[in-house]
Amino acid sequence: MIETTNLTKYFGPLGAVQSVSFTAGKGEVFGLLGPNGAGKTTTIRMLTTLLSPTSGNAFVAGYDVLFDQLRVRRSIGVVPQMLNLDIDLTCAENLEYHGRLHKMPPADRKARIEELLQFVGLWEKKGTPVEHLSGGMRRRLLIARGLMHRPAVVFMDEPTVGLDPQARRLIWGLIDELKRSGITILLTTHYIEEAEALCDRVAIMRQGKIIALDTPAALKQSVGKFSLECIGNHEVPRKFFRTREEAIDAGRAVGCDLLVRESTLEDVFISLTGERIEG
Amino acid sequence: MNFYPIFWKEMLLIRKKPWRFLASSLVMPVLYLVTFGWGLGRGMNVSGGRYLEFVLPGILALSAMNNSFGPVSTSLNISKLYTKTLEEVLVSPVSPWDIALGRTLTGLVRGMFSAFMLMLVGLASGVHLRYSPGFFIVLVLTAVCFGAAGVAAAMLARTHEDMANFNSFFIIPMSFLAGTFFSPDRLPEPFMSLVLVYPLTHASLLLRALASGGNPSTGSVFVLGAYTVMFFYLAGRLVRRS
Repeated sequence: MIETTNLTKYFGPLGAVQSVSFTAGKGEVFGLLGPNGAGKTTTIRMLTTLLSPTSGNAFVAGYDVLFDQLRVRRSIGVVPQMLNLDIDLTCAENLEYHGRLHKMPPADRKARIEELLQFVGLWEKKGTPVEHLSGGMRRRLLIARGLMHRPAVVFMDEPTVGLDPQARRLIWGLIDELKRSGITILLTTHYIEEAEALCDRVAIMRQGKIIALDTPAALKQSVGKFSLECIGNHEVPRKFFRTREEAIDAGRAVGCDLLVRESTLEDVFISLTGERIEG
Repeated sequence: MNFYPIFWKEMLLIRKKPWRFLASSLVMPVLYLVTFGWGLGRGMNVSGGRYLEFVLPGILALSAMNNSFGPVSTSLNISKLYTKTLEEVLVSPVSPWDIALGRTLTGLVRGMFSAFMLMLVGLASGVHLRYSPGFFIVLVLTAVCFGAAGVAAAMLARTHEDMANFNSFFIIPMSFLAGTFFSPDRLPEPFMSLVLVYPLTHASLLLRALASGGNPSTGSVFVLGAYTVMFFYLAGRLVRRS
């Protein structure tokens, strides 16, 4: 459903996205994981036709993002990082407007608005202006809006950024349900747990490039399933081992309080770059 | 063509705050009317008629301009730079020309509404102009012209300051110089030629001629029409570029 080949975007001399290639199949949740400035949002903006690539090509739902933009736009739903809802309109009116933009028939719009507001738990708020909603509610409404016209592919740019843990779990639940419904989702995040919890495959990005791409389990396996950390001493580098026993044995030789735990995608990022993902 | 949703949403926003819409449409033109028509112009005669009858067509053109250009450019600029609501439209299957048309029509409604309100104020003040079909066609053309200009300006502006500069360097000078309050032929050259470059000058000249039962200048119709086409083309191209 999504296919990019050497997708590249330069802003002047700055290579925001450089030769990014990946595919995401039908029903897959594909994650772009990386720190701020890694090129995740720029990649999404190219795939959603908001930016033209400098070079390379990309297809979404079988359509070229550069030469078949209207068809791409009919096939995609976008949940942007910024809460770009009309705050003077009610929840239902925001969805109504989106349905009209996508030429949905009136009866279908009405039924779909109810279905989606029920889905995201905002049916009771259907007549409430968006300005009176909390951040978590607005985020859920954005997801409903992105799904309004039944897109085959949904792009979610940092869908839980700025939310408290409870609201984040709620959004995760929604994404999980969407995943089961067969929609292809491309999401960007800089939250490790989010990528691990939701994504079938993850591309780790840094400085505009994909530096690793696989399932979360395979990525973690590639560095070693277990991680050894010296608590309170960050100068001793993290080490990775295939088994817990190997990690414990190695730890005894270090001579400080040790933490042996299962590796995370952050460990993968650290082992590849020497840096942390989350500031 | 899928411009209607854009237009629909803007009309919905107007319906939600009708009093704000009414007040914002009327404040400036009524101020001009009070200051220049009833205040400074009381007892003055121009070409054998009352100054109020001379100035009202100009203020109608000015009002159509301000109420189409201002709200269209401001709201579009804010939705592009601040709220980012324009992005929702840009990722939906709506062409740049639909966006330009939907927004321009919003300018038409706003401009015509303020002009109608001002006509009522004029009638209540005993100013009787000839409101012919041609008069309304010119008003429509004026509102469309500046609505499209508002779209173009909003898409061209990269910051809110840029938007303020459009007002400072184009709209405000045009408001005072483009034949609203005096006849352009009173100006010395080269100012008269300069003033004739403004589209608002031609809107004022046309409305004034039609309101007094005279013949409108074909040249002015052509200039206003040409500006309308040019601004709309520019608006569509700039939306596409964004």
